[in-house]
Amino acid sequence: MTDEALLELKQLTVRFDDRPVVDHVDLRVRRGDIITIIGPNGAGKTTLIKAVLGLQPISEGSLTMTPGLTIGYVPQHLTLESTLPISVKRFMLLSGRPQQACRDALAKTGVEHLFNASVHHLSGGEKQRLLLARALARRPDLLVLDEPAQGVDINGQAALYDLIRGLRDELNCGVIMISHDLHLVMAATDRVICLNQHICCSGYPADISHDPAFIETFGQPVAESLAVYHHHHNHSHDLHGDVVSGEDGVHRECSHAHH
Amino acid sequence: MPIIDAVLGDFFWRALIGGLGVALVAGPLGCFVVWRRMAYFGDTLAHSALLGIALSFLISVPVNLGVIITCVVLAVALVLFSRSKTLATDTLLGILAHSALAIGLVTLSFMPDIRVDLTGLLFGDLLAMSRHDLLWIYGGAALILGLLTVLWRGLLMSTIHEELARVEGVPVERLRLALMLMFSIVIAVAMKIVGVLLITALLIIPAATARRLANNPEHMVGLAIVFGFIAVSGGLTLSWHFDTPAGPSVVVTAFSVFLLIYGSARQAQS
Repeated sequence: MTDEALLELKQLTVRFDDRPVVDHVDLRVRRGDIITIIGPNGAGKTTLIKAVLGLQPISEGSLTMTPGLTIGYVPQHLTLESTLPISVKRFMLLSGRPQQACRDALAKTGVEHLFNASVHHLSGGEKQRLLLARALARRPDLLVLDEPAQGVDINGQAALYDLIRGLRDELNCGVIMISHDLHLVMAATDRVICLNQHICCSGYPADISHDPAFIETFGQPVAESLAVYHHHHNHSHDLHGDVVSGEDGVHRECSHAHH
Repeated sequence: MPIIDAVLGDFFWRALIGGLGVALVAGPLGCFVVWRRMAYFGDTLAHSALLGIALSFLISVPVNLGVIITCVVLAVALVLFSRSKTLATDTLLGILAHSALAIGLVTLSFMPDIRVDLTGLLFGDLLAMSRHDLLWIYGGAALILGLLTVLWRGLLMSTIHEELARVEGVPVERLRLALMLMFSIVIAVAMKIVGVLLITALLIIPAATARRLANNPEHMVGLAIVFGFIAVSGGLTLSWHFDTPAGPSVVVTAFSVFLLIYGSARQAQS
């Protein structure tokens, strides 16, 4: 792991009709980093990601990227027009990578057995894994994921985040993702960024849940989400060992809020 | 070569050869119309062809060229207008399609010394295909097939997922423009066979028919070309024997094949 930044945002701002949607955001992503962006709806998470991907013009500030960087993008959905017939194989080959590389990538995300299937017949979770494989086939230096676990059940989500961590180790790439699965994010990420137009706080998952800014901005929904999660799973004993400390912190805040 | 002369000397064979050339490019382009939901867009461009004809007479340039230029200009205008999002796209297309057609008709009526066969322009004319037209059709077809081959991967990728394509470095906007240019060319050359009002049908119906049987994009394109061939040869034969208008006969044939394929596929499924 080097200290050289793959990507650096300085005071990056995106405005829609003078309304700042992303407000003076600073961000550095190095090889090996997993950075997760969380925030309420309308916080500008997707806009920020699109600016990073070059899909969204920047109003102010700067975005510097190491030249020649390969970006792997995993969009939120693969909504395929029903009139367009396409197989997993053909979809992967459209990446321009040789067939063996495509097969290897599918094997890594666990959907190699679907090589000859029609993309239309895949489930939501399989489509997410296909999109991830598609991004991997390009051997990215920077992997950008927009809610990768959407439509995947809770066990599948944990596995998916594990997979992303494993891929980071293997490819030594940087990872930026948006996520709503707070409890899982806390376990799978190195650094969490809480976005609400501006970055209201960022840091290690265990620390951030104690951050007053975090509790102030996200206190209610986060507390609720984690409380619900805790309630559902306090009788399950595996999976989330890592999360306990961070979770406890927020959980305590949650009981404060209730009393 | 006397045999070629004999064939090209016969208006039916000229129409048939021309029609097959049109079907050859209508297949792949029709697939893109279906995949990208551009049916109404294609209709709008086709309607504007009449305006293109009128303008070509007005400033005396070759009709095919005038139509291509008019279509390209309108296509670019449409793309720019639809970005501003003040009007829903279908409203905008509706306004432009019918206005272009109306302006075309009005302009033509101001030129009494130019005799145009309006029915032929609107619905196609079996008798109107000249050797010169055949050159245009096969020239246009060669250009379109060449462009499609070179741009295929990018076009397909930006159709499947535009943002993913953009991130992977596909020049999405330029490809959209190339596609518009190809539509304009196919409209200019298909006009003679099916007429401006029915061009979209020749694009959409064979492609939609092919969808029922295809399992990959290229497979669908191949089948769309075959169904296009059937529609053109069947329709022109019908037109020749029963003196029916060429364009509608081609479309009726295409529609019959569509019903046949969907009907039998449904039976096979149940």
